[in-house]
Amino acid sequence: MAQDLNQQEHKEIDAVTGTSTTGHEWDGIRELNTPLPRWWLWTFYLCIVWAVGYWVVYPAWPLLTNSTQGITGWHARSAIVADIDELKLLRGPMMDKLTSASLQEIAGDQQLLEFARALGKPAFADNCAPCHGAGGGGGKGYPDLNDDDWLWGGKLADIENTIRHGARGGDDDGHQGRMPAFGRDGLLKANEISAVADYVRSLSGLATEPGVDLALGKKTFADNCTLCHGPEGKGNREVGAPNLTDKLWFYGSDKKIIMEGLQNGRGGVMPAWGGRLSEPTIKALTVYVHSLGGGEK
Amino acid sequence: MIAPATHTVSLDQAPAAPGLARLVAAAEVGSPPPPEEEIPLYAPRRQIYPQSVHGTFRRIKTAVLVVSLGIYYLLPFVRWDRGPNAPSQAALLDLPNHRFYLFFIEIWPQEVYYFTGLLILAAIGLFLMNAIAGRVWCGYLCPQTVWTDLFFAIERLVEGDRREHMQRDRQKWTVETYARKAVKHFLWLMVAWWTGGAWVLYFADAPTLVKQLATGQAPFVAYAWIGILTFTTYTLAGHMREQVCLYMCPWPRIQAALTDEYALNVTYRYDRGEPRCSAKKAEQLRVQGQPAGDCVDCLQCVHVCPTGVDIRGGADLGCIQCGLCIDACDNVMSKLGRATGLIAFDTDINIKRRLEGQQPFFKLLRMRTALYAFIIAVAGGVMLYTLATRDSEGISVIHDRNPMFVRLSDGALRNGYTIRIVNKRLKRREFILGFDGVPASLIDFVGLPPRDDGQMLIDVGPDQTREVRILVTDYGAPPPTSTRVVFRITDVATGEQSDARDHFFGP
Repeated sequence: MAQDLNQQEHKEIDAVTGTSTTGHEWDGIRELNTPLPRWWLWTFYLCIVWAVGYWVVYPAWPLLTNSTQGITGWHARSAIVADIDELKLLRGPMMDKLTSASLQEIAGDQQLLEFARALGKPAFADNCAPCHGAGGGGGKGYPDLNDDDWLWGGKLADIENTIRHGARGGDDDGHQGRMPAFGRDGLLKANEISAVADYVRSLSGLATEPGVDLALGKKTFADNCTLCHGPEGKGNREVGAPNLTDKLWFYGSDKKIIMEGLQNGRGGVMPAWGGRLSEPTIKALTVYVHSLGGGEK
Repeated sequence: MIAPATHTVSLDQAPAAPGLARLVAAAEVGSPPPPEEEIPLYAPRRQIYPQSVHGTFRRIKTAVLVVSLGIYYLLPFVRWDRGPNAPSQAALLDLPNHRFYLFFIEIWPQEVYYFTGLLILAAIGLFLMNAIAGRVWCGYLCPQTVWTDLFFAIERLVEGDRREHMQRDRQKWTVETYARKAVKHFLWLMVAWWTGGAWVLYFADAPTLVKQLATGQAPFVAYAWIGILTFTTYTLAGHMREQVCLYMCPWPRIQAALTDEYALNVTYRYDRGEPRCSAKKAEQLRVQGQPAGDCVDCLQCVHVCPTGVDIRGGADLGCIQCGLCIDACDNVMSKLGRATGLIAFDTDINIKRRLEGQQPFFKLLRMRTALYAFIIAVAGGVMLYTLATRDSEGISVIHDRNPMFVRLSDGALRNGYTIRIVNKRLKRREFILGFDGVPASLIDFVGLPPRDDGQMLIDVGPDQTREVRILVTDYGAPPPTSTRVVFRITDVATGEQSDARDHFFGP
């Protein structure tokens, strides 16, 4: 039946398949006519119409200064704002709790602590990581926030204070102490700087070169450094003077580096974040930093 | 008519196109042929009016339809008590909470490899079916077939069987015609709507959602999905039908490449059927000692076919192997007092063997069936084994990326880790964390107070995970740059253990 029909309609029938051909021929090769269903064609047209619908509904065609806005007024930016609002609503109860709780209460409440840490982590990455490193690992001149050595104190209140007011960052309530430039300002002579550097190294048990004048170093230290670093060199958090007897070195333990500090002074800047970050964010950051590993009770 | 010579083309040589071409050509029956020079590049749709039929394969098909649709529509309402901490629905895809429940099995997102296993089983199962009896999946189990069959049944109920339906369609449409069509489409839409409704019930507590849907309180996404599935079911099962199999589904094409000459297919035994002639003429011819086939050319096999195939033309792309033509032919043969099985699940090889006077030959056990069965057994076995022996708890560890290690003011070294403990049981459990690898070490738990008796226990809620940050401090001799360490959790109550490996880093 099928073949009869084919022969009736089209003269050219492929011998092997019994199918009619389109009549196109290339070097003796002919194209079989296996037609698409017509509904397929209509579906294709429908898709085109559907696509035009997008122009109507959504922002689509670029204009000189703007673009066509679409009848729904949908926009990626407003969609994100809506999403963020939804998220804020979701976080609302915990956020309120965080805002009203004291730092001690946050640290004592496991659920609130986890919330604060989760909130603090991205805030740290946004604001603190450029200097302190992604995990608060610090670097030369930038304190490692994971260890147990704190320039300005490692209790929750100390950390909050440092975050809020910074150090030497122009905030009058911030930490102001700095290491004077003993060499540059002519307070110490070169041989005294060298001797005190050796002495400071010896405080934490580091080996000193043979023949150095530790006595001169000790005397110079007692005359010039104890005011801030204390008679035993254990430091003073009131003025941000580091403990010189422990194994940690803020800038490095090389004699050259210590002498550099004595010559030119030290005084890195930590910005005051008080006016820049929201209160809950500061709390969250405080708790996050405190929980990195070095937080003091 | 198609010359009998066509039948000698064996399965592997038979090109896929002729089946379609025949359909297309047949579609133009009755319409005036186009002018000689105009060649149609798009084929019009041919309306198929499949006739109802009774018989073995129809009964199997109906049974499969009832069972599979019964499972589909009713399974969401089956309850399964898992205690207070988990949903009590036997089959539930809990997307918001990332859990899949199926009776006593609960799958977590990280166990998605079970779905990979299921996909492997499904694929190889399909191949095995194909190696044994061709496209029986298409004929009996494919959702497209099942729903189309259901829609055919509704159509016959409302518009009558083939003859009545065709006649009414051809005549000038009366109010009754319109009314019947309206009722049919309404019933179709109801079934389609119910299909979409059942679908969403797999994603939420069914009784609750039904109540919500009825009172307009259900989430928008539920209504949207019901709408989508109503549309697809109504369109695909009501309107697209065999077009899905012929033009949209990839399986006929893949199947043609996967089959072999021993696979059983719905086959017209032309050795017995040809030459076709009426019963009366056959008697005359036989008296005269001339050949006369059993096929009386009643076209019953074509009329019952849901895809409009004439199976007497040989293996066909459109044939879904539902076997309804076998039932139709058997009924006719029985009435004529002839042996049934003129159309049957058979192979071309057997036809040739019979023509040569040999016994038919069925080869069920072949390399491919054995291999498919083996793969199914291995994949299924591995899945069952891992499912039966999987831990009900787990631990994973991430070492701090920055800093890799911390030196403390007394010179000790500390590494920070984030551990996550998984509790797959539906009750709260307490774990002790053990640490092995750095002898002189101490573990601090950030923000986790010790119990009153000083023991450090981590309790994890039912069917939950818990993340804890821990600090391991080494007070011993300076460790090497990297030391292998093991974290081990032990369930305090049951003693079940699970561990994870990591490293302790130094300068």
